[in-house]
Amino acid sequence: MKIIICLKQVPDTRNVRLDPKTNTMSREGVESIMNPYDRHALEEGVSLAAQYGGTVTALSMGPPQAAEMLKEAIACGADQGVLISDRAFAGADTLATTYTLANAVLALGAADLIICGKQAIDGDTAQVGPGLARRLDLAYASCISKIHEVRNDCLLARRMMDDGYDELEITLPALLTVVREINEPRIPSLKGKMNARKAVIKTFNAADIGADTALLGLAGSPTRVARVFAPEVRGERAMLEGTVIEQVKELAAKLEAII
Amino acid sequence: MDYFLTEDQQMIVEVAQQITDEKIIPCRAELDEKEEFPRDILRQIGQADLAGLYIDEEYGGYGGGCFDMVLALEQFARGCVGIATSFAANGLGAYPIILSGSEELKKHYLPLIASGEKYSAFALTEANAGSDASGIQTTAVLDGDEWVLNGTKQWITNGGEANIYSVIAITDPQKGARGATMFVVEDTDPGFSYGHKEKKLGIRASSTRELIFKDCRIPAERLIGRRGAGFITVMKTLDHSRPGIAILGVGLAQGALDEAAVYAKQRVQFGKPIISFQAVQHLLADMAIETEAARALVYAAAKHIDAHPKQMSKASSMCKVFATDMAMKVTTNAVQVLGGYGYMRDYPVEKMMRDAKILQIYEGTNQIQRNVIGQELNKEYNK
Ligand SMILES: Cc1cc2nc3c(=O)[nH]c(=O)nc-3n(C[C@H](O)[C@H](O)[C@H](O)COP(=O)(O)OP(=O)(O)OC[C@H]3O[C@@H](n4cnc5c(N)ncnc54)[C@H](O)[C@@H]3O)c2cc1C
Ligand SMILES: Cc1cc2nc3c(=O)[nH]c(=O)nc-3n(C[C@H](O)[C@H](O)[C@H](O)COP(=O)(O)OP(=O)(O)OC[C@H]3O[C@@H](n4cnc5c(N)ncnc54)[C@H](O)[C@@H]3O)c2cc1C
Repeated sequence: MKIIICLKQVPDTRNVRLDPKTNTMSREGVESIMNPYDRHALEEGVSLAAQYGGTVTALSMGPPQAAEMLKEAIACGADQGVLISDRAFAGADTLATTYTLANAVLALGAADLIICGKQAIDGDTAQVGPGLARRLDLAYASCISKIHEVRNDCLLARRMMDDGYDELEITLPALLTVVREINEPRIPSLKGKMNARKAVIKTFNAADIGADTALLGLAGSPTRVARVFAPEVRGERAMLEGTVIEQVKELAAKLEAII
Repeated sequence: MDYFLTEDQQMIVEVAQQITDEKIIPCRAELDEKEEFPRDILRQIGQADLAGLYIDEEYGGYGGGCFDMVLALEQFARGCVGIATSFAANGLGAYPIILSGSEELKKHYLPLIASGEKYSAFALTEANAGSDASGIQTTAVLDGDEWVLNGTKQWITNGGEANIYSVIAITDPQKGARGATMFVVEDTDPGFSYGHKEKKLGIRASSTRELIFKDCRIPAERLIGRRGAGFITVMKTLDHSRPGIAILGVGLAQGALDEAAVYAKQRVQFGKPIISFQAVQHLLADMAIETEAARALVYAAAKHIDAHPKQMSKASSMCKVFATDMAMKVTTNAVQVLGGYGYMRDYPVEKMMRDAKILQIYEGTNQIQRNVIGQELNKEYNK
């Protein structure tokens, strides 16, 4: 089974603050990390490959420093890392991002299974997974919380829903996006780290993936950012105290008052 | 302090550090409270390729030595000595096979231990044989092509959890110290069962249990080394493993110092953080000095052992005594720095103090270590 995991390097948003004047993220001193959801996508790919046989390719579009994240992916069990990097990609919205990733997947000779995170913790659109599936014309399911079994031409998986879950049979090749509940990502192993140290990350530019530059980066991005602002924190807070029973009673009374 | 680790050694530290911070620390209090064996964490240590650090590559290990093991154990112990003990006991169980076992035994058992698939244990102590190991009463009698074991071992770390047990028994009672032999006993062997599981002051995530052999039959090839060489294997094993106990003291003390220093900066009394009081500063300073001194001694002893010197007992015993006495003192002082809060289970230092005590007792009490050092000195100055 050929598995591709899409990984995005993101600022560690747990430490990001918005500049109140410019309303932009102050990225200074903020570490870049592997998007936390993608860590789960990678873990799932690596354990599926171990269980069913196959290879795992970690794929990312990003600046040259994203190569470090791809090495980390190798330390966590990926067989190889591929970085697509080109100045022409800068300013890509989700449309241009999926165009670039789709071309890269085709340049890698397609895959039986592509796994993405549910969303990136910076952009947060959750559009790249479905967009990529659409471009590659793959079967698609989001928010997968468990993969039960992979068969020859399909896989059985559970999808989280607001009101429960769905059990799905998804034909292969397919693209899945995963939620954190799906697994517990492993710690990079010693052998993995040694492999990562030696690994050479393959790098493709726009020409290597045969992309039309008009569809890349800012040029290929119809999204325009009209305004960025930090939502004002409003609303009053009340702390309930006492025993759990007392707190629940008080809460119920407050809710009733609203209704 | 910089110990000029190689890139590979630095990687071992990083992997162990991440396991400690992300896996061990979040669950240590619960495992301690429930007295639960850390099976899932040991699995993850194996998955991270750290289970076979001291085992040769040809048997599926990493091919490192005592120092590599020490680096990993230091991190684990910073998180939890109970968990670190469960991990370290695998080494204690494996060393007899590594040091004295036949090629067949090595090929069969070491890869299972190196991969983290199976756990091992070391069984010497009995009710009447603690410091005086020569008092063991468990016997092994050859019957055709099988050995038949009878007797009870007590306080065996990983008892009931391990699959591979290195057990010493008397084979030739008339030969005294040369009459004991080591064997590999598997958890599924007929006539082998587990007895009482101890309730302990500390290292409660670690299992300490009785092993009962009632006409336990094992194949003749399960003998480790020569018949009669059991105590030699035991002594060699302990020489190799003691720096592993010593470093548990260092990691533990480091964890206690970290907690105490962080707390002292934020706890305000008399209008000031308590770290601004010189009496508290001096407590912390002594904790830091002693932890670092012990670390340096353990690292040196581990490297000495990795150079395969003829004589290693003294170095091995010295680092065990120094680092574990230090850990008892440093953890006690960490509780002192936290005051009443330190005494409560809401903070980790009371557990650290409880965990420290065992380090002065098992793998040979610190009194016995001093005897060993004294005897070595006596020999040295004879020349
Ligand atoms: C309104 C708006 C304006 C923006 N403007 C700019 C801009 O001006 N300049 C700019 O640089 N960016 C801009 N971005 C960010 C950019 O569009 C997104 O970061 C990018 O397209 C990915 O979308 P996302 O972060 O929402 O990812 P999601 O769709 O939330 O990510 C889902 C999954 O897709 C995969 N994935 C996402 N991105 C990548 C990647 N690069 N490589 C590999 N896999 C990936 C991962 O598996 C991830 O978990 C903007 C975003 C928005 C919403
Ligand atoms: C939690 C735990 C885990 C253990 N795990 C294992 C294990 O995995 N495998 C195993 O085989 N054993 C194990 N042991 C046993 C351990 O190694 C012994 O407890 C230890 O060697 C001391 O023996 P003892 O407890 O019988 O003390 P004793 O020998 O009865 O000693 C009592 C006291 O007398 C002192 N003393 C005894 N003789 C002398 C002397 N000659 N000179 C000076 N002082 C002396 C001792 O230092 C001690 O202070 C474990 C013990 C514990 C508590």
